[in-house]
Amino acid sequence: MLDEEAARPFAELSGVSKFFSGARALEGVDFACRQGSIHAILGENGAGKSTLIKIMAGVVQPDSGTLTVAGTQHRFSRPAEAAKAGIVCVFQELSLMPDLSVADNISISDPPRRFGLIDRRAQRERAEALLARIHCEDVDPRSLIRDLSLSRRQMVEIAKALGKNPKLLILDEATSALTSRDVDTVYNVLGELKTEGTGMLFISHRMHEVEALCDTLSVFRNGRHIETFDKGARTQDEIVKLMIGRDIVHQFPPKPPVLARKPHLAVSDLKWENRLNGVSLSVGKGEIVGLGGLDGQGQKELLLALFGVLRGVEGKVTVGGEGGIPASPADAKGGRSRIALVPEDRKTEGLMLPMSIADNLLVASFDKVRQGPFIDQAKSRQAVADAIAQLQIKLNRPDDPVASLSGGNQQKVVIAKWLLTQPEVMLLNDPTRGIDVGTKQELYRLMRELADKDTAILFYSTDYAELIGCCDRVAVMYDGRIVTEFSGAAITEEALVAAALNITRPADTQAREAVPA
Amino acid sequence: MSAVTATTPPRASALAMSIRQNRGFYGAILLLALLYLVYNFIHPRGFSTNVFIANTNESVALAFVAMAQAMTVIVGGLDLSVGAVMTLTSCIASELVRGEPWQIVLGCIVSVAAGAGFGLVNGLVIVYGRLQPIIATLATGAVAIGLALLIRPQPGGEVDLDLNWAVTNSIKDLAETYHLFEDGEAAWLQPVAWVPVPLLILVIVTAAVWIPFRRTVTGRTLYAIGSSEGAAYMSGLPINRAKLWAFTLAGFFAGCAGLYLAIQTGSGNADIPQAGAYTLNSIAAVVLGGISLLGGVGTVIGALIGALILRAISFYFRILSIDPLLQPLVEGVVLLAAVSLGAIRTLRVKNRLELFR
Repeated sequence: MLDEEAARPFAELSGVSKFFSGARALEGVDFACRQGSIHAILGENGAGKSTLIKIMAGVVQPDSGTLTVAGTQHRFSRPAEAAKAGIVCVFQELSLMPDLSVADNISISDPPRRFGLIDRRAQRERAEALLARIHCEDVDPRSLIRDLSLSRRQMVEIAKALGKNPKLLILDEATSALTSRDVDTVYNVLGELKTEGTGMLFISHRMHEVEALCDTLSVFRNGRHIETFDKGARTQDEIVKLMIGRDIVHQFPPKPPVLARKPHLAVSDLKWENRLNGVSLSVGKGEIVGLGGLDGQGQKELLLALFGVLRGVEGKVTVGGEGGIPASPADAKGGRSRIALVPEDRKTEGLMLPMSIADNLLVASFDKVRQGPFIDQAKSRQAVADAIAQLQIKLNRPDDPVASLSGGNQQKVVIAKWLLTQPEVMLLNDPTRGIDVGTKQELYRLMRELADKDTAILFYSTDYAELIGCCDRVAVMYDGRIVTEFSGAAITEEALVAAALNITRPADTQAREAVPA
Repeated sequence: MSAVTATTPPRASALAMSIRQNRGFYGAILLLALLYLVYNFIHPRGFSTNVFIANTNESVALAFVAMAQAMTVIVGGLDLSVGAVMTLTSCIASELVRGEPWQIVLGCIVSVAAGAGFGLVNGLVIVYGRLQPIIATLATGAVAIGLALLIRPQPGGEVDLDLNWAVTNSIKDLAETYHLFEDGEAAWLQPVAWVPVPLLILVIVTAAVWIPFRRTVTGRTLYAIGSSEGAAYMSGLPINRAKLWAFTLAGFFAGCAGLYLAIQTGSGNADIPQAGAYTLNSIAAVVLGGISLLGGVGTVIGALIGALILRAISFYFRILSIDPLLQPLVEGVVLLAAVSLGAIRTLRVKNRLELFR
């Protein structure tokens, strides 16, 4: 019975095409997925993954082709219709209402009712049950979404999706905002759902997640379905080749020999609230220093403090032996310190989405292109052209809104914007999050080029492979402190994981080892 | 690690939670209580039924207009036509609310329905014309004033006098006028006989319309839209229907304001400056009552409190011989102070990025 169920695809697309104002998003795609299985979809940004899941979840409608769910042909015009047929999506962009409570959000589309009015107690109990289901008992269903951390919000999002009793659950980068603790929880929940017969489509840029979780993998490229195969049938190298369609000889650019460098950015005993508990660190000119450790150990706060965003920071910060803790981002980027920060969230902190690419590129360096009180047209055109050329940003016209670019190219705009300020210190907060493999590699090369031009780079990444491949030195943080530093050949995955965990309790160490990192 | 998460931290009580999440609202209630208590202490005839009745009478129209405004602000919009719709319905009421009892009742219903209908038109223009509420209602507000002038080129009208007396006095007077409850002498009525009818009207309309509406899916959707319209859409909520309801109810409340104004003054007047003043005061009342102009936060009851605060301030001018010309200035300062008080929280924010969220 179960085998029969599992053999027949639950959702099936055949000959599906979708064009957005002439540009191909999907073309002639045949694709199927089953219940009781976790199915990964891999591909660069722009490969058509998002369009595929949006069609399945009823957000967009295909131009041609058919979608069959459980034997019936469907054409969803709204997400609610897809949910009715059993397809529920946890979107990458959070779909929660910040001013409503957790319980309100979980039951938003179909709240329990009594006499036609919303039964708030039943709603709260429902939220409690669903939160317990994903081991988030610490979230109070009455608290407002805006008072929760990003990671907890994402968990609420998953609870909300489970509340719709999905037969096929689509997770679009659903783990990218989670802390390690919540990631473990989600892995367990997905495993439980699988044994209960739920099908899952899993989209992630984190290869180790895909390898750990999924049974079947499908690769998309340029709007086409390239290949579907079982886990283990292809090596990582082969998968990466399928995704980008060309050979990658070296994923990371070669590192220079380890040198003893004079500190350029020097931080000592930095403290803020209870998140930074005395951080001491130095980054030399031409050096890439990585920040490692589990998520949420103060890495983000350290970068924000160095960029002047936080109030009430104590300790000592010098750049080239001078200066103090910057009072504001304007202070950090100007004057003697010349610090740049590529922020965590490019859509809200990095870019002004409706403004043009050119305006976004210039926004941090108007002082370089102005003539008295006016912005010099010739200078700014030149600066924009240089920035686009240097980062090879793929665009139609610099006057197009920056929102029209793909995620990877948007991130390039954020980086190019800061390069125009000619920074001496570059702070990078997880710059490759949610961008495609090809662009990632370009960014790795760029970082090395900048270092070779004497920029001091402090690089926080949640991906151990990046830290190992890119950094001259890696400082591992735990509980607002730097606990260990590695350099050169000593930077290995085992060393990083061990350093992040050695000081925690033995029980935790065992729990971590069970999860492939 | 998951073993650690299984322990649930102690939870705050429901009231503590509510206060923490609605500081603006509770602050407004405190401010109103303070203002009104002090006023009564200063007033030579303070704490008397007559003063209370007179004060509530003057507050009803603004309270309803503020409640109308609240409906649209909660969805993240702004309605510049609420004052004009109030004026229009008061002119309609001044023509219809007279004659036989059934004519009076019908006149009241038609007036309020006209307000709701006008609100529905606002909603249709905004939802299906895809216009921004602020500009759409600027235009429809002018239309409403135009219609009011057509109906009543000169101030006037003869609203039923019994009704005027009954609705602007205490419950006892109401009962006496219509020979109810032994002419208001029934023993069970005595504990509440002093309650002003205008207050009763506000309470009944709020309790009968807003409180149940808030617990419907449509009511919940209003907050969802104001909080994050994209997320509301992606959750498959009935966005268009909810917006139509928001503007229709705004029209309904503005209609209630117009009807009451007509009964209270006994006439109708297509007074353009008055309409404008009511619209602007409604926005001030909404903010004072703890409703976020960004949408998604606050309740219609908050707007009611905000309107009462504004009125309470104006009462002071009568008993403390201050030049009434200073009234706008004082109201402006209070509004500024209240809003600044709400912003104090931001001084404690240690991560400046949170200021922009």
